Parts: sequence; structure tokens; C-alpha cells
Amino acid sequence: MKSLSVVVIGATSGIAQPVARAYASRGATLFLVARNAEALSTTASDLLARGASRVETMLADVQDSVRHDEIVRAAKGTCGSIDVVLIAHGVLRNQQEIDHDVEEMLRLFEVNATSVLSLAQRFGLAMESQGTGTIAVITSVAGERGRRSLYTYGASKAAVSHFLAGMRGRYKPLGINVLDIRPGPVDTPMLAGRPQPLIATADAVARDIVKAIDRGWWLLYTPWYWRFVMAVVRLIPERIMMRLKF
Amino acid sequence: MEQSPTSWGRYPQSHAARIVDAAWAHDVDLSRYQSVIAYGLGRSYGDVCLNDGGTVLRMHRCDRILSFDRQTGVLRAESGLSIADLLRIVVPHGWFVAVTPGTKFVTLGGAVANDIHGKNHHRVGTFGRHVRSLGLRRSDGHEHRCSLTENQELFQATIGGMGLTGVITWVEIALIPIASRQIEQESLKARSLGELIRLTDESDDEWDYTVSWIDVMQRGASLGRGLVLRGRFHEQVDGTLSGPWKGPLLRVPVQGPSWLLSPLTIKAFNAVWYNRQLSRMSRTNMDLETFFYPLDGVERWNLLYGQRGMMQYQCVVPSEAGEDTMRRILSTMQGGGISSFLAVLKKFGTLTSPGIMSFPRPGLTLTLDMPITGRRMFDALDQCDRIVHGVGGRVYPAKDARVPAAMFRAMYADVIDRFEASIDPAMSSSFWRRVTSSTKAIS
Repeated sequence: MKSLSVVVIGATSGIAQPVARAYASRGATLFLVARNAEALSTTASDLLARGASRVETMLADVQDSVRHDEIVRAAKGTCGSIDVVLIAHGVLRNQQEIDHDVEEMLRLFEVNATSVLSLAQRFGLAMESQGTGTIAVITSVAGERGRRSLYTYGASKAAVSHFLAGMRGRYKPLGINVLDIRPGPVDTPMLAGRPQPLIATADAVARDIVKAIDRGWWLLYTPWYWRFVMAVVRLIPERIMMRLKF
Repeated sequence: MEQSPTSWGRYPQSHAARIVDAAWAHDVDLSRYQSVIAYGLGRSYGDVCLNDGGTVLRMHRCDRILSFDRQTGVLRAESGLSIADLLRIVVPHGWFVAVTPGTKFVTLGGAVANDIHGKNHHRVGTFGRHVRSLGLRRSDGHEHRCSLTENQELFQATIGGMGLTGVITWVEIALIPIASRQIEQESLKARSLGELIRLTDESDDEWDYTVSWIDVMQRGASLGRGLVLRGRFHEQVDGTLSGPWKGPLLRVPVQGPSWLLSPLTIKAFNAVWYNRQLSRMSRTNMDLETFFYPLDGVERWNLLYGQRGMMQYQCVVPSEAGEDTMRRILSTMQGGGISSFLAVLKKFGTLTSPGIMSFPRPGLTLTLDMPITGRRMFDALDQCDRIVHGVGGRVYPAKDARVPAAMFRAMYADVIDRFEASIDPAMSSSFWRRVTSSTKAIS
């Protein structure tokens, strides 16, 4: 039997790693993409030791969109038919940190949104004829409402969620599930030095993600309570929202 | 503000000026810190893992396996890998750690830095004996590869070096083969300290793992009565290796009230525990988790000791002085009102560790958990130090939160100067500042 084949973009990120470990322990074939060579090779050897049947890596910066086709080709080359692609890369900046640096602000949008749309679309096209598979993308609960402290980040995540909703409609009939993963704050290096209430562990979030992929869900709030928190947040009238300081 | 890391005894209280989570062991950069200590899972009891007013570099995220040879049992991993995580990976392939402490929630880095020992010390020595090589990041900006053949002095200083020689980035260890997860255990009742030590000696000849539990509340002829536990892995392949792992059964939700583990409740507990076994000897088969890690089933059990926290006292004394010295120590503790329900006696073997500061020495080692009470208790422990030092023994830094500086230097007088030459100027800890503060010498 062919082992499960999983592609992870941003494979060295704090959430991607425990997800990849879960697949490794099932004996999956993994194709990993990241931009830090040492972290990438460390991740690859870790996954092999944890039971992956095969791990291939590709060093690439997702901002380099001319290489996106190459990424998809190489992934297909390793996996044949792709069972899961997880797009997990991203950067976090508070609005305050980039407020006076519009170039930096646009770069954030490019990393979190433009490159994700490009990769999701290209993987979609490449998987179209498979008749099966999951395209899973990590967005954020921060994408649901614009707020003063985090609106570029929020907008980048909102753009992706919006895009995925459309893709889902296009790919559902083809047997391909498009999963939008919306975590709350997770205890990863991305949040280092930003103390948060309600912070979740990466392991717990990873377990939720794998479960959602296994069960073919199309939207995941993780941890679960964010589903209810966001149901309330969505109801806050804009005239109140604009007065909130967070 | 993030909560400051604590040690397992939750004493002393400590406030790190900075808490940094290392994401990748290869990225650790010591040039950013003036005073830093690496922190794993906080299972050392006192203050070796604390750095009051300095930086605490948490290593638990650095838990990747760099290589694992399933044929030879050689494993190399980042230093933040826990033994719990490691076992899930290696046990199904028929391997086990050569040395394990009484909890699986320790990191490889911590195991090296404290040169930990286990119930099989008489057979295999300390953890450090099974370390083939390690990576050490120093403030000179380099990662030094250390082994018995490469940077040997640094290697020997790092094993048992309490994290002071640099940040351990990776560790390569040799595992031991096992055929089964099942342990055959015998529990023997000893009515006195003499009998307990005699049974220990007998058991050490035949059994890989031995340890004794002592009811320290007994006086007179019953002083040192207890249970001698001995075990060994089943040697037959029985298909248990890929069995499931237990999660914690219970989690202590909040700090316990101070009366919970008071002399009275401890005395009652000990009497029940000793008398639970009616026969002289009981034989059982159990999973390795039950045998090695009985307390891991209760998450955060240290909170039961309440607000003031607890302390562990562990010393080793040479065999020839053993029984008599143990008697004196136990009586001194009783005199100081110290009560303990986790009192453990073990005989260290003669295999030496490569570690310069490594704690174990051939002889008897006694370990007691105790709630922190007050002045009388501290005085009694000072007195125990003098007894231990008087016969050429020493206390274990990984458990310590109180040994006076002069006493520590006296106990480690033969090795401390050699060790200090390898300390990295960027590294420091609450423990090290405490034991190197100048006080009058001990004659």
C-alpha cells in the first residue's frame, strides 16, 4: 500500500512541526519546504527518526514566487499523488511595529497572503485530476475582524480565508477538500516575547489539525473555544469595534 | 510578564530578569547574554536550574532527533528532547535508555548536566558513561564537539557540570537493548537498616535494578526498616514493545494546604505503605512505566507540598562508613523534626563517571523528600552535611537548595578548581553563585 504523502510549506514553523511529526509516526512520505537550511535538515532527520518512510526537502523562500511551480513539480515528483498539502508559513507583526514602514507592511502581506494564494492555487491545479486530497492552510482568528492593533496581519489572513472559501467551491466537486485552519494564539517561536491570554500549545493545535484533515472538515477553530469566541466577536457592531483598543 | 521558571521543589523562589525560549539548538547565541543558564523541564529540585536576576534559556522546544540507528541503538538529538519522548520512539525498536531517573520528564541536556543516575548504577554507572559525544555552545561563538577523544577536558567538565560550561546543544547516547517492556520485580521487607543493607548487597549481585524505600519515621531497632525493590527486564520477546504509553492519570490542580504533608500524615502513610505488604517477599510483573516512573502518573505532584515548597536531601557516603553514618543521619533528621515519605536508599557501584563534578561515588546514597518547615529543619540538614563530610561523603547539587558555600567547596575540594577552569564566563546560576560566595572555610 502506498504510504500517505504530505507536503508541508513552512515546515520548520512551530505549528507545522508537530503536525509533520503526527504524519511521520504514521509512516508518511513527507515533502518539506522551508528557507532555513539547517532548521530544514534538522526537521527532516527528526521526522525520519520518528517513523516517516521518506522525507525530501526543498530550500526555498516563499516570497520568491517564480519558484512556486518548481515547488509543486518537486512535490509531485516525490509524492506522486498528494494526499495532504499544509501551507503553514507566515509572519506576525503588530500594526505598531510596521505602521511607519509601508514597505515592510506590504512584505508581510506578500508572505502571509500573496504567496499563499499562489501556492494554494498551483497545488489545486496540480491535484485537480487526483480526485482526492486535502489543501489545508493556516489562517487565523485574527482574520475575522479588523482591529487597530493587528490590521495588516488580520487583512492578510482574511484575504486567504476569503480565497479558500472560493476555492472550496471549485474543488469540492473534484473530491478535494480545502481546509481553513484558524488558530487562536499558539505557544510557538512566532509569539516569543508576546505574552497572550488563552495561549494554546502547538501540540494541541496540531492534534486538532490532523483530526480535521482526517475527517474532511473545511473549517477548523483551534482550540475549539475560539469557534464560540469568534461567533460573539462577529456580532460586535463596527461602531463599538472601532473603539476597542486591542 | 511571563512566570519565572521554578525548580521541582519550588524553593527557593527566583525571578529571572529574562526568559528566552530557544527555538533551535543550533541557533543559540551566547554573545547576547551576560548571565544565563539553560533550563529544560525543571525537574532538578533546588536552584541549579535557576538564575535569579539573570537570563533563563528554556530549551524544551529543541527536541529534534538528529539521528537514530535502529541497528546499533545510537541516538543523537537536540538537548531539549525528553526521555518520555525518546522512549516512545526507541522502545518499539527494542531500545531503552541505559540510565533513567525516577521521572521520564527530564531532558537529555539536564541528564548530562546533572550526570543523573538510576536504580542500575551498580551495573552501568551514571548517564555520562553512555554519552558518546555532545555539542557545547560557548560564548566564544563556537559549538564545540566534545567526547572522550575530542575536547576531552570540556567533555568531562560538562558531564555533571550543572550547565555552567556552556549550553549543551545536542547529545549522542548509546542505548541498551531490551526484548520486552515487562519488568520482573521483587519486593523484600527489611525490619531494620542492617537487614536492608544486607538485602541490598545480595540483590545487587543478581539484579540489574535495585533501590530501597525507607520508613524514616521509625526509631530504635526499627530505624531504617523498609522495602528493598529489585527488578530486571524480561529477556523473552513477548510483543509488548509496541504497547501504548500511559498519559498522566491525575493532575494536581492547585497548591495543597500545608497540613497535607505534615509529620502526622506522613507517618500514617509510611506505616500503611510498609504494612501493605504482608509477606516477606512479593513478586510481580509490571510495565516499565510502573516500575521506573510511578510518580509520573500524578502530574505536578510537587504542588501537594503547598506554599512553602519542598526540598530533597541526597548524599553519598563511602561503603565502609555506610550503615553507621546512615543511622546518624536518620537520627539527626528525626531530631530536627524532619519527616519524609519518599526516602530512598541505594548503593552506588564502583564504575566511575567521566564527569569531573559528577556526584556519585562508591557507597551508600540516601535521598529524602521533605516539606520545608523552618529553622530546625535547616539546622538539622547542616548537621547532616557535617556528618557526611566527616566520612568523606558529599551532597548532590541537582537536589540542593541550601548547602553552605564553604561546605560545598569542602565536599568537592578535590575537583572544584579543575572544574572552574572550564566554566564559561556567560554562564551562571543561582546555585553556583550561592556555593561560590565567599564564607569562612571548613576545616
